Amino acid sequence: MSLNEDDVRKIAFLARIRVDEARLAPLADELNNIVGWVEQLSEVDTNGIAPMTSAVDIVTPLRKDVVNDGDKVEDILANAPDREGPFFAVPKVVE
Amino acid sequence: MSYLIEGRTGQWEVVVGLEVHAQVISNAKLFSGASTEFGKGPNENVSLVDAAMPGMLPVINEMAIEQAVRTGLGLRAVINRHSVFERKNYFYADLPQGYQISQFLHPIVGEGIVTLDLDGGESRDIGIERLHLEQDAGKSIHDRDPRRTMIDLNRSGVALMEIVSKPDIRTPEEAGAYLRKLRAIVRYLGTCDGNMEEGSMRADVNVSVRPLGETELRTRVEVKNVNSIRFVMQAIEIEAERQVEAWEDGEEIIQETRLFDPNRGETRPMRSKEFAHDYRYFPDPDLLPVRLEEDYIAAIKKTLPELPDDKKARLIKDLGLSPYDASVLVADRETAAYFETAAKGRDAKQVANWLTTNLFGALNKRGVGIDESPVTAEDLGALVGLIEDGTISSKIAKDVFEDMLETGKAPGAIVEEKGLKQITDSGAIEAIVDQVIADNPGQADEVRGGNEKAIGWFVGQVMKASQGKANPGQVNQLLKAKLLG
Amino acid sequence: MSTQKHWTIAAAADALAKGEVSSRELTDQHIKAIEDNRILNAFITESFDVARERADASDARRAKGDVAGPMDGVPIAMKDLFCTEGVRTTAASHILENFVPRYESTVSGKLRDAGSVMLGKANLDEFAMGSANITSYFGSVKNPWTPKGANADLVPGGSSGGSVAAVSGGVAIAATGTDTGGSIRQPASFTGLVGMKPTYGRCSRWGVVAFASSLDQAGPIAHTVEDAAIMFEAMAGYDPKDSTSLDMPVPDCRAAVAAGAGGDAKGLRVGIPKEYTLDGMPADIQKLWDQGVTWLKDMGAEIKDVSLPHTKYALPTYYIVAPAEASSNLARYDGVRYGLRVPGGSLDEMYELTRAEGFGDEVQRRIMIGTYVLSAGYYDAYYVKAQQVRTLIANDFKSVFNDVDVVLTPTAPSAAFAKGEKMDDPIAMYLNDVFTVPASLAGLPAMSVPGGLDANGLPLGLQLISGVCQEETLFRAAAALEHAAGFTAKAGDAS
Repeated sequence: MSLNEDDVRKIAFLARIRVDEARLAPLADELNNIVGWVEQLSEVDTNGIAPMTSAVDIVTPLRKDVVNDGDKVEDILANAPDREGPFFAVPKVVE
Repeated sequence: MSYLIEGRTGQWEVVVGLEVHAQVISNAKLFSGASTEFGKGPNENVSLVDAAMPGMLPVINEMAIEQAVRTGLGLRAVINRHSVFERKNYFYADLPQGYQISQFLHPIVGEGIVTLDLDGGESRDIGIERLHLEQDAGKSIHDRDPRRTMIDLNRSGVALMEIVSKPDIRTPEEAGAYLRKLRAIVRYLGTCDGNMEEGSMRADVNVSVRPLGETELRTRVEVKNVNSIRFVMQAIEIEAERQVEAWEDGEEIIQETRLFDPNRGETRPMRSKEFAHDYRYFPDPDLLPVRLEEDYIAAIKKTLPELPDDKKARLIKDLGLSPYDASVLVADRETAAYFETAAKGRDAKQVANWLTTNLFGALNKRGVGIDESPVTAEDLGALVGLIEDGTISSKIAKDVFEDMLETGKAPGAIVEEKGLKQITDSGAIEAIVDQVIADNPGQADEVRGGNEKAIGWFVGQVMKASQGKANPGQVNQLLKAKLLG
Repeated sequence: MSTQKHWTIAAAADALAKGEVSSRELTDQHIKAIEDNRILNAFITESFDVARERADASDARRAKGDVAGPMDGVPIAMKDLFCTEGVRTTAASHILENFVPRYESTVSGKLRDAGSVMLGKANLDEFAMGSANITSYFGSVKNPWTPKGANADLVPGGSSGGSVAAVSGGVAIAATGTDTGGSIRQPASFTGLVGMKPTYGRCSRWGVVAFASSLDQAGPIAHTVEDAAIMFEAMAGYDPKDSTSLDMPVPDCRAAVAAGAGGDAKGLRVGIPKEYTLDGMPADIQKLWDQGVTWLKDMGAEIKDVSLPHTKYALPTYYIVAPAEASSNLARYDGVRYGLRVPGGSLDEMYELTRAEGFGDEVQRRIMIGTYVLSAGYYDAYYVKAQQVRTLIANDFKSVFNDVDVVLTPTAPSAAFAKGEKMDDPIAMYLNDVFTVPASLAGLPAMSVPGGLDANGLPLGLQLISGVCQEETLFRAAAALEHAAGFTAKAGDAS
């Protein structure tokens, strides 16, 4: 599997990272280099092997249904790049 | 019930599946300790976790799990002992993490059934595909500033149950019945308040059409976020007709998401980007799989209330109600509770009748729900009791009921105050009967001459003379004895 | 006041207890050292006011006889991946350049509560992605060590490059690190320090800027195994705010260190995995590894050849799993609630410009790889496959730990290299972690212990790996190894 410029454009959009058109081809090469390298995994027989999703073998902890957080509007907004009173502000979204 | 669209080329069948997002009733959010309370100031119900601050981690609220299991049991569904939270990755201004924590390959609840109560007391089963838990997003506010959108994260992280039906629904009415039934079930269970206006229940509608007789499903279109049962029914009708027209014009229906505009009576495509639909689900490495023990599930099962279907069956079997009356009475938890209180020790059919005709009529006129009824369940029961034991006639009872609606007084008190007690003393009734016969010799002769129907006129006169208080049965008997001998 | 350049935690605790030095004096001494060694670029943010305040508070506690423990009053460096209340936290990224948290990470909070004095926020590779500390937006870190007879600037390793530079440069007594694929152990090896990665779940991840959630683990960086044990005990512990936190008591690792410190490795079964021998590995590293085997054997350990057959797949597995998680973890840096925002006409444009400018090349590269391996059509072939191989790697270790207590390997395939080397080839850079990544994937505790110097006079580390939650065994073995190695060289000795 090899990535072309279109693939890179698509990935960059999914990741919301602007990539200049001129960078697409070299970036495709870089990514192909890495992808080609990780593809050596295909030689491992993983038939019937469960994927590992966590390094710990413990039961999920559950929290009690208790309200013990919130009411910290200033803490939430303190680092906002743009705000309007108690709201975060972003460029106009058209739905 | 059949609903087919007459096209130019023939009849078309409509195939509908619903995805309902139901807000879980809980104090705190799905993964944080912030409140779920409605109506707080902007960003007040937000923790560092909900705002996705760097390094913040989710911890599952046990109540969300319990409510999902409870709902699953109420849907007669498979409860999955092993379920997994996954990340659904996409960017949006009101999605702070850049992903929604949801369930994908391993939902907490599997297949189940919702039984629809249709007109004429019929019922039909709609399959449930799955129920999974996920986080709600925040709110984008577009009308405060011409250039900017404001973000309020109060809802961000509130627990939702997404309940997905199989594509078993064939008519707008069935869709309406499905939503009403689902709402009744979650309300009975206390797992969601079912309030569509406040957005605690929202529906996405998947619609496709196919020529009658075709067995393959055609491409479906998702109509998003329809916020009332009426709109869901309208949206299905309008979208199905659009699709029939398109197919008949030789156009291809594309799989897409559309928005329903009730004002214009149309659906239209959402602005969506190319590549926009690659959510890159993968198990959330911040969370571990949820494992449920049999004992845990059994313990929740024990606490389930009697659900609408069981209650309906019981009302039909034990109290002799018609399937129609029974389904009306169980349609919501409050009505059912009201009925059961009123009917305690009374003639259940008569109570059902009073409730579904007189009380519902009065409540509708006032525009209030049963929880705000000026007549209590106990008093309505007492009213039926007064009829049953002959204290008042049904006719007088209607006047007493009007009085109860106005004053909120108990029926016994009203009867007492206004002296409405039925006259059952046969001597007193006989005196009135004799008087009426004496006053109307011509009509009396008519009856005696064989026009038995005219006896009804005499009953009316006697009732009138007694101001309605004479026992109509006794009046009838006495008149027959005296005139027909 | 002592003129000793390199304090250990144990020595400082002793001197503080005896009243030979105050925390404030120690702190001022280290602040001075930081000011004199800014060429190291070990810190992104210096927090001297906080440090002096905490030092004074420590001295006041001590005066009342209310000492919090052996860390009380000890000046340390905090890797700038731990969110610290009121002190800027950047993850070495432009995108968080001005982020000041209103909260304290669990681990940094525990260290604060243990009385330690935070001197500043240590430099690192951007979002901990790197093995040379050259990807920091705030500039690369200089390794205090220099090769014999040469004047080249060496990298300190990464991603905890600022932490190791601070400790080996004598400007902090110890430092926190985080290790996702070797980010504590490899830089410790490059700077002659002890670096320990605990069992996954021992140290809370709450408040630590996430790189790869299933791998990230905080741990100590220190001069000695004993110091590492002291600091580990202060950092570890169950945290209900982290769903992957281990709810079990922190073992008494200082006692374990004491048990091994005299050079006692009797009864210890040590596995030597044949798959860790690489083609073209520097002779000095093979020699040191062999030496390590001999040391342990001489101290009474039983040496066994073991096999970890899937070792060669660990690195490619890691470079699927870690970027996949990172691509999702870093989605929150979108210019909406905090951090850099580059204005755009639309929301999407704002996102794209912000993230293009806010993330450096390596971070962007990993986000894109991660996005790709999770995308429709590739998820099973890459991500699921990698997680399956990860299971096999973990199983390899499980079966080996049926037979041995610890596994001994080199920490890194080379000594510290010069800035500029391996820069153009990401995969060559990734190979730095070839020996450290397998334990990360399996969630196992592992430690790099300085073993000796190579021909250029640069330090080399040996890595010990133990079974899940077997930190006591790990510390005992490490203490014995440390004793045998007798490593006393310090940065700057050679020049």
